This record gives sequence, structure tokens and C-alpha cells, in this order.
Amino acid sequence: MYLLWDSWCGVCFQKLANIDLQHTICTFLLYIYIFYITIMTSTIDDSDKEKALSVSVDLNNDTSLLIDIPDALCERDKVKFTVHTKTTLSSFQKPDFSVPRQHEDFIWLHDALVETEDYAGLIIPPAPPKPDFESPREKMHKLGEGEATMTKEEYTKMKQELEAEYLAVFKKTVQVHEVFLQRLSSHPVLSKDRNFQIFLEYDQDLSVRRKNAKETFGSFFKNMVKSADEVIISGIKEVDDFFEQEKTFLLDYSSKIKDSTARAEKMTRSHKNIADDYIHISSTLSSVSVDDNTALKKHFEKLSDLFEKLRKVEGRVASDQELKLTELLRYYMRDIQAAKDLLYRRARTLADYENSNKALGKARLKSKDVAAAEEQQQQCLQRFNKLSESGKRELTSFKGRRVVAFRKNLIEMAELEIKHAKNNMSLLQDCIELFKSS
Amino acid sequence: MNAYMAYKVSTRTTLPMFRNRTFSVWRRFSDFLGLYEKLSVKHSLNGCIIPPPPEKSVVGMTKVKVGKDDSSSADFVERRRHLLPLLYSDFACTLPRAVGTHTLSGAGFLKMINRASDAVSKMTIKISDSDAWFDNKLQEVESEELQLRKLHAVVDSLVNHRKELCGNTAVFAKSMAMLGNSEDNTALSRALSQLAEVEDKMETLHQEQAASDFFILAELLADYIRLLGAVRGCFEQRMKTWQRWQEAQSTLQKKREVEAKLLWANKPDKLQQAKEEITEWEGKVTQYERDFDRISVTVRKEFLRFEKEKSKDFKSQIVKYLESLLQSQQRHVKFWEAFLPEAKAIA
Repeated sequence: MYLLWDSWCGVCFQKLANIDLQHTICTFLLYIYIFYITIMTSTIDDSDKEKALSVSVDLNNDTSLLIDIPDALCERDKVKFTVHTKTTLSSFQKPDFSVPRQHEDFIWLHDALVETEDYAGLIIPPAPPKPDFESPREKMHKLGEGEATMTKEEYTKMKQELEAEYLAVFKKTVQVHEVFLQRLSSHPVLSKDRNFQIFLEYDQDLSVRRKNAKETFGSFFKNMVKSADEVIISGIKEVDDFFEQEKTFLLDYSSKIKDSTARAEKMTRSHKNIADDYIHISSTLSSVSVDDNTALKKHFEKLSDLFEKLRKVEGRVASDQELKLTELLRYYMRDIQAAKDLLYRRARTLADYENSNKALGKARLKSKDVAAAEEQQQQCLQRFNKLSESGKRELTSFKGRRVVAFRKNLIEMAELEIKHAKNNMSLLQDCIELFKSS
Repeated sequence: MNAYMAYKVSTRTTLPMFRNRTFSVWRRFSDFLGLYEKLSVKHSLNGCIIPPPPEKSVVGMTKVKVGKDDSSSADFVERRRHLLPLLYSDFACTLPRAVGTHTLSGAGFLKMINRASDAVSKMTIKISDSDAWFDNKLQEVESEELQLRKLHAVVDSLVNHRKELCGNTAVFAKSMAMLGNSEDNTALSRALSQLAEVEDKMETLHQEQAASDFFILAELLADYIRLLGAVRGCFEQRMKTWQRWQEAQSTLQKKREVEAKLLWANKPDKLQQAKEEITEWEGKVTQYERDFDRISVTVRKEFLRFEKEKSKDFKSQIVKYLESLLQSQQRHVKFWEAFLPEAKAIA
């Protein structure tokens, strides 16, 4: 959308250069008006179409490898995704194919990438979180228990709300998995990974290649060792200013963003509660109006109608806020963790390098195995330099990516809030007029 | 514990019974209660609908006395201040200059006993009314009271959730501000701080909205629930009058039987007494019948007046509430429109 604005601006300024003042002002206003209409209609289009989870931009632009998840099935607890690939690369057997995948397959792919030595200098896109149907399931439970106390239509409406929530969670999880794959496919190095290719192509069940129980246990230990290591490594003196800055920034930012995500979640949930309350108010009002025989009967009906409409808007406010704000924060919380992991890996190689230096010094003193120690030291230095170089690149691009994503989402959220508030306003104004005239 | 809250009551009137056009007095809660008691005693026997006073919350009172500067005590004071004028506006009667004060404990206890005995007597009487109007209306009133209670509960939950939203938004705004501080891209950092400010403003909006939810909607409903209770009381009064009339009739019947027996047994002196009693009771029966007719007429009139008032009241309060919602949404739009250029300025 801001691309549109840029192009309109360009046209405007060109015109300005050629025509006289009065005409210019009229044209400028006309362009502003047209731009406004475009923005409004495109906003409506955007939100009526699938709400694209645009936490990462510039994905899926490279036509040599296009990935998407066109549909998914929800079976009880498990979600089965259909991963569809369209490619012009010769490394794949077919140009267009689809495979079914489960959430665990995505986790396997992520862990395989993390464990690959060669990618130690890259930010591995964070693994998509497990599909979480806990909150709608809890709600369904409560709804079932409270069924006796509600009227039939209230119950139907609550059920509809619940179904919408299930659907929203479902859509969210599909998109999060899709974004994961798209980030991999748009990365110059990771898109060529063998495991990635297997993931996309292998048309049988991947479970044979997935971690078995013993390995998951092993990875738990690895995580514990890693955190102990992190403490040791943070004591190492950093040689490069850039990385020193990045480290401080990321550590601070990561804790703050975790906090913000939690608070945003609470806020969104409160909005949803209010939308639910509106349902109850609307249906109670309609039952009051049924029994009422005075002049108030019509008024109660109108009011019940109004609350029904208001709650739809309120529900949209809640879900838009969830998608644009909360999801954004959640995603970057995980992404920052991935960036921190990169820093950790680099610090590890620095520690290794320093250890190899010490070993070399000792070997020189004893005049034993000097050549081996020297080679070890050279290797460590090489690894460290490689990681530093690619790390710097990755972190800079990560910064840019984050700023762009925040911008896009904040703009969209502000526009949606304005749209919904204006919607509310017109609903309320209509109702007030109805009341005052009758 | 001698501290109490006093409310300034200002009146502007054209009624000739008052000495001045405008005047104000200071009243305390027990004064309001006393007024209610006096009026009930005087008028409820005639079938008038007396609006009941707001409940005196002992907990709230002690909190204020201890001097805690709670938001809850401020809430409570607001409610009192809001509710007491309604009591006055509902009827134009003589405002006695000095009202007997009652301590709540004595009167409350008495009320409880009265209520218990009323409940028992209600169960035993069933008025055999030739006029079905009263039956229907009583049923309507009872079902409406039930519905309003339900609605009130739901609106209460809305108020609570909005207060929750308020709190959550405030906390979120703070964390956003901190995030903006630690962000190293200057434009984004500024935008995030602006977002924090917008959310802060939203919090104020939500708070005001919760207040209007409560004061306009919830209290309207609570008020009418109490009023409907008073209406029911009126109907009960009518029933009591009817019962009295019936009892008088049955007593008269018994006296007549006694007279007949005496006539048959031929005891002239007792006969004279019996005849006097009969005349006395005949008089009572006529009077009670007249009372009953009168109260039926009054109750009917009062009820119709009540319904008209109710329609008007509800309509005006609902419009007020919707207008407050509208206002809050307008400010909503303003705040977010102010934020939008900041978000677009991120480079």
C-alpha cells in the first residue's frame, strides 16, 4: 500500500512542476481523494481476504522456488499440512508437487538445520510453534457446561463465535508454518539445503527420519549444557564493537519483547471477553423485548440488534489486534532468540579460538605437537572469521527486516482500528437517530 | 465512629407549598431512609408506588471512615451521589424540613421480621379477583423483574471485563514504552513510544467507558429492579386490603350467626349487644370495601403512570449511554489517526 502512495506522490509532484498554482492545488486534492479511496478499498480487500500474516516481508518473490500451504486438515489434535512447491530448479525431480506434512516434520527440519555446522553463521528462522487449540477448547468446555442457562439463540451465537475462534487459530498456525518455509526458500544458502529438499519432496512419511525418543532426550541435555556455556561465554571479552553492541541490544530487547508479548496477549483476551459479553447482552435484551408489552418493546429490540452488530465489530477489533500486534511481537520474540543463538555460536568459536591459542602457547613451551596445535589454531581462527562475517551480514539484514515488518504491521493495525471505530460510530449514530425519532 | 457523609440537596421549584424558589439543604443517608419510611407509612396504604432508597453498604461506610483512599470507596461515593437524587425526582411531595433520623440497625431488623411475615401471608392468601387486569400486571412485573436481574448481571460482567481491559492496556502501554526505549532504530523507537502513548489514551477511554457502562446502564437496571420490587409491594398492599375486607365480612357473618343463635335462645340483653356489634361490623365491612375499591383505583393509576415514566426514563438513559459510546469511538478514531503518520514515518 505504501508503494501506491509513493507512485501517487511521484505523479503529483511531476504535475506540480508543470502547472500553475490554482490548478495544482485542485489536482493535488483530487489525487489525495483518489489515494484515500484506494486505501479504503484496498484495506477492505485486505481484511476480507485471508488476513495475511505479514510479519516477514519480501518472501516468495523468487519464482525459482515458490512454496505455499494451500490447505490443511485438522484431525483431533493433529494438523496435517499440504506443502505445495512450484520450482524451476533442476535439483528437484518435478516442477510442481505437493506433500502432506505434520508439525513434527517442521520441527525436525528446523533442528536439522540448527545442527548443521555449515549454517552456524546464519540466523536459522525460528521453528513454528505447536498448533495450540487450548483456549478455544477451554471455551467450548465452559460453553457446554453453561448450556442450560442460555437461550437457544444465545447458545448458537456463542457456538458461532467459538467456531470462528477455532478457525482463526487454525489459519494462524497454517500461516506461521508457511512463513517458516518461505523464509527458508528465500534465503540464498538455506534454500539449497539437502534436508530442506527432502522435506519438500519426499513423498512418504518422514517419521522414519525424525527424532526418536532417545535423541529428544539427548537434545534436552544439549540445551542444558548450552545455557551453562552461555554463562561462561558471556565472560569472554568481545573483540568486535559491532558484536558487542548487538549482544547488549539483543539481550535487552529480547526480555522486553517477551514482556510485551505476554501483555499484548492479555489485552487481546480482554477484548474478546467484551465481545462475548455483548452477545449475552444482546440475547437477554431480545428476551426482555419479547415479554415486554409497552412502548419499550421496540426499543429493546433495536438495542438488542445494535449490540449484536457491535459485538461483531468488537470481535474483529480483537482479532485484528491479535494478528497485527500480538503475532508480530510473538514472531519477533522467536526471531530474536534465533539471532541470540547465532551470537552464542559465534562466541563459542571465539572461546574455541582462545583455547586453541592457549594450547598452542603450551605446546610451544613444551616443544611438542606444535604443528598440530598450530593447525588447530588456524582452523579455529578460520571458523571464527567465517562466523563473524556471515553473522554481521545476517544481523544487519535482520535489523532491516524487523523495521520493515514493524512498520507494515503498525500501519495496518492503526488503519484497521480507525476503520472499526468508524464502523462503530455509524452503527451507534443510526441507532441513536432511530431512538430519538420514535 | 461519628463520621458520616452529608449530601447537598438543591431544589428548584414552582410549587406554591414551598417558601422559596430555590434552596439547598444538607442531608445524610439516614435522612433519606427516614423520608422513605415516613412516606411508605403515609402513602403505601393508599397504593402509591414509593421508590426505595439505595442500599446502605456498611462495608463501604467503614472503609470511608477508616480513611482509605481506595478507588473502591470513591466508586461507592459516586454511586451514592448518583442514586440519591433519583429518589427525589420520582415524586413531587411535601418535602418535610426536618426528617426523623433512624439508625439502620433497628429499622433494618424490624424490616426483616416484617418481610418474613409478609412472605408467609403471601403464601396463604390467594386473591380471588374478578378483575384479571391486576393478576396479569403482577405476573408481568414479576417476569420483568427476573429479566432485568439477568440483564443486570450481564452488564455487571461487561463492566468488570472493561475494567480488566483497562488494566491490561495500561500494563501493555508501559511495556511498549520500555520496548521503544531499547529499540535502536530511532524512527521505530519513536513510533513504539507513540504507540505506548496511544494505548495509554485508550486506557483512559476504556476507563471512562466502564464508568458510563456502570453509572448509566447498570445503575438504571438496578434502580428499576428495586422499583419493580416496590410495585410488587403495592400489589401486595391491595391484597392485604382485600384480605382485611374479607376477614371483616367473615367476622360480620359470625356475628350474625351469634345474633341468630341469641334470638333463638331468647336472651334480650345480649341480643342488644350483638345487634350493636353487627352494626359496627357492617360499617367496617362497607368501609373496607370502599378502601379496597379506592386502593384498586390508585394502584391502577399509579401503575400506568409508572409504566409511562419507565418508558421515558429507559429511553433517555439508553440514548445517553449510546451517546457516550459514540463519543468514545470518536476519540478512538482521533487517537489512531494521530498515530498513523508516526507509523508511516518509520524508515
